[in-house]
Amino acid sequence: MLLSLRKVTKYFPVQRGLLGRPTAFVKAVDTVSLEVGAGQIVGIVGESGCGKSTLGRCAVGLLEPTSGEVWWDDLEIKGLTVHQKRVHQRKFQVVFQNPYASLNPRQKIKDILLEPLEVHNLLKPSQRLEFVKGLLTQLGLTEEDLTKFPHEFSGGQRQRIGLARAMTCQPELIVLDEPVSSLDVSVQASVLNLLSHLNQENGVAYLFISHDLQVVGYLSQRLLVMYLGSVVESGKTEEVLGHPRHPYTKVLLTASRGRGSLMEGEPPNPAQTPSGCPFHTRCAYAEDRCRWEKQQLLGGENFWEVACWKWDRL
Amino acid sequence: MTELLCVRNLKVSLKAPSTSREGWVLRGMNLTVLAGERVALVGESGCGKSVTALSILRLLPRPPMEISSGQIEFKGRDFGNLTPEQWREIRGREIGMVFQEPVSSLNPVMSVGEQIAETLRNHSELSAGEIRARTLSLLARVGLPGPTRLRSQYPHQLSGGMCQRVMIAMAVACGPSLLIADEPTTALDVTVQTQILDLLFRMTEEQRLAILLITHNLNIVRGHADRVVILYLGLVVEEGVPDEIFDHPQHPYTEGLLAALPEVSRKGRTLYNIPGVVPSPFEAITGCAFADRCPKVEKKCRQSMPPLIETRKGHQVRCFYPSGR
Repeated sequence: MLLSLRKVTKYFPVQRGLLGRPTAFVKAVDTVSLEVGAGQIVGIVGESGCGKSTLGRCAVGLLEPTSGEVWWDDLEIKGLTVHQKRVHQRKFQVVFQNPYASLNPRQKIKDILLEPLEVHNLLKPSQRLEFVKGLLTQLGLTEEDLTKFPHEFSGGQRQRIGLARAMTCQPELIVLDEPVSSLDVSVQASVLNLLSHLNQENGVAYLFISHDLQVVGYLSQRLLVMYLGSVVESGKTEEVLGHPRHPYTKVLLTASRGRGSLMEGEPPNPAQTPSGCPFHTRCAYAEDRCRWEKQQLLGGENFWEVACWKWDRL
Repeated sequence: MTELLCVRNLKVSLKAPSTSREGWVLRGMNLTVLAGERVALVGESGCGKSVTALSILRLLPRPPMEISSGQIEFKGRDFGNLTPEQWREIRGREIGMVFQEPVSSLNPVMSVGEQIAETLRNHSELSAGEIRARTLSLLARVGLPGPTRLRSQYPHQLSGGMCQRVMIAMAVACGPSLLIADEPTTALDVTVQTQILDLLFRMTEEQRLAILLITHNLNIVRGHADRVVILYLGLVVEEGVPDEIFDHPQHPYTEGLLAALPEVSRKGRTLYNIPGVVPSPFEAITGCAFADRCPKVEKKCRQSMPPLIETRKGHQVRCFYPSGR
């Protein structure tokens, strides 16, 4: 497996006691496991605050999980030395949501794109510029763009530059954190086409994070639905969206098509997660058991999983 | 139904701050809203949807923008030369407005109840007790739990969805006949978005309120509007009932937008990509504004601007070669 997360949990302290010990936590990610194989596209979907970005950051080593393991190419990253980690980091890149904030405004595009090559000491210095030019053309930008600054580009173009920066290291996996959320429909389509092209041509795998079920569903082969830090349903995309089993997935699916809401209320504060099933406060089918006891992910054939007491009775 | 709002040939110019270049944000916008009608104004960023809303309420940032010509009529009354006092009467009382960012649109140092009460106080003769009662009933009507406690809370204590409900309560407090909602759900979570839209439309039914919903999200329009108006570069390019527009789009731009939507059902297929980019407002345009990006462009399109023609009852399109049905 290219990337595998095993029971990853990430808590953030939100309150500290007298001696500086944390006394209250936000459970951003709670015992989540997932695997991404070479060339695969795995999608994570959920509302804001469900921990999807935190999970993405744990996956590329930007955050260290509170507990659980992150494995890159069958190596656990906690056990790696700084040098080893840097060598492997090259293969795991990330593209962030906001293309306005993730590029250094004072660097020319050329410097933005050459820096990763210098850091990882890839290619001969004389070959680097040629390589970067080739990459830019592949991503629908031109050579003239190399001498420009980020502010000279539109949102869609900046997102391409962010993607180009991630691609310079010839990664095996890119974590895409809401890569198209800030873009207009027509621009969004071109970035999505580019992503699927790169996946087919270069065989790069994605961990695709978004709040938009239609976008995630369009691109990914496997899908994880997260709610308040936990995975509530996962499986093959067609399976999950064709026969959603968890009530939350059903709600997301109707909402993403712009139909009426099936659900009252808003996501609870992640610092005070409800007892039992985290979704019971908003679930139309909740019964007593859901309030006290949390169902673990149950597996079935075709690798789907669902965390609901009543999934087979809905 | 009677005509409530009528915008005729509205042109808004934009001056670049450093140079003296002049551009156009709206290039002859026409829009009517009937009493009680739900109209959705759809377009990508930079097409002039928000500017239309701001021009109606004379809230344009001036400079750099200026209404250079055109007419706005509301209930048969010309909005051309009103005094600031008359404007104050109209904003909030006759026309309510809901903005995109609910958290930043509310005053952070004023309690939620006080903000609603202020609107009521400015526009009515109610006594303090009546205002308090109205505030509580408004909070309850927009579906906020525990109005008595909520009244004294501040915006930072509420979630985005709750703040948007407060904004809606303020906008409908004085019983306006038109509500302008500028991307009211864009900053909210998917599951909350539908709740807010449902609330807005329940309000329109209860109060016989017309709504001008401005959005870039085509998906939410379908179930939530009586009429859809598609904008491109400051001009209406297509207009009609949602089912017509979605099932039989006639303008190449609308067709392109719909084909570009990522949907699960389009999995594995390349999405349609409208070539090129939206031209800048400073570009001089003769002929059709969409010509450079249009797959069906002909010589005629570059020479003169196509008029908005009715191809079917209630379905208008600005194209010389509208798609057949």
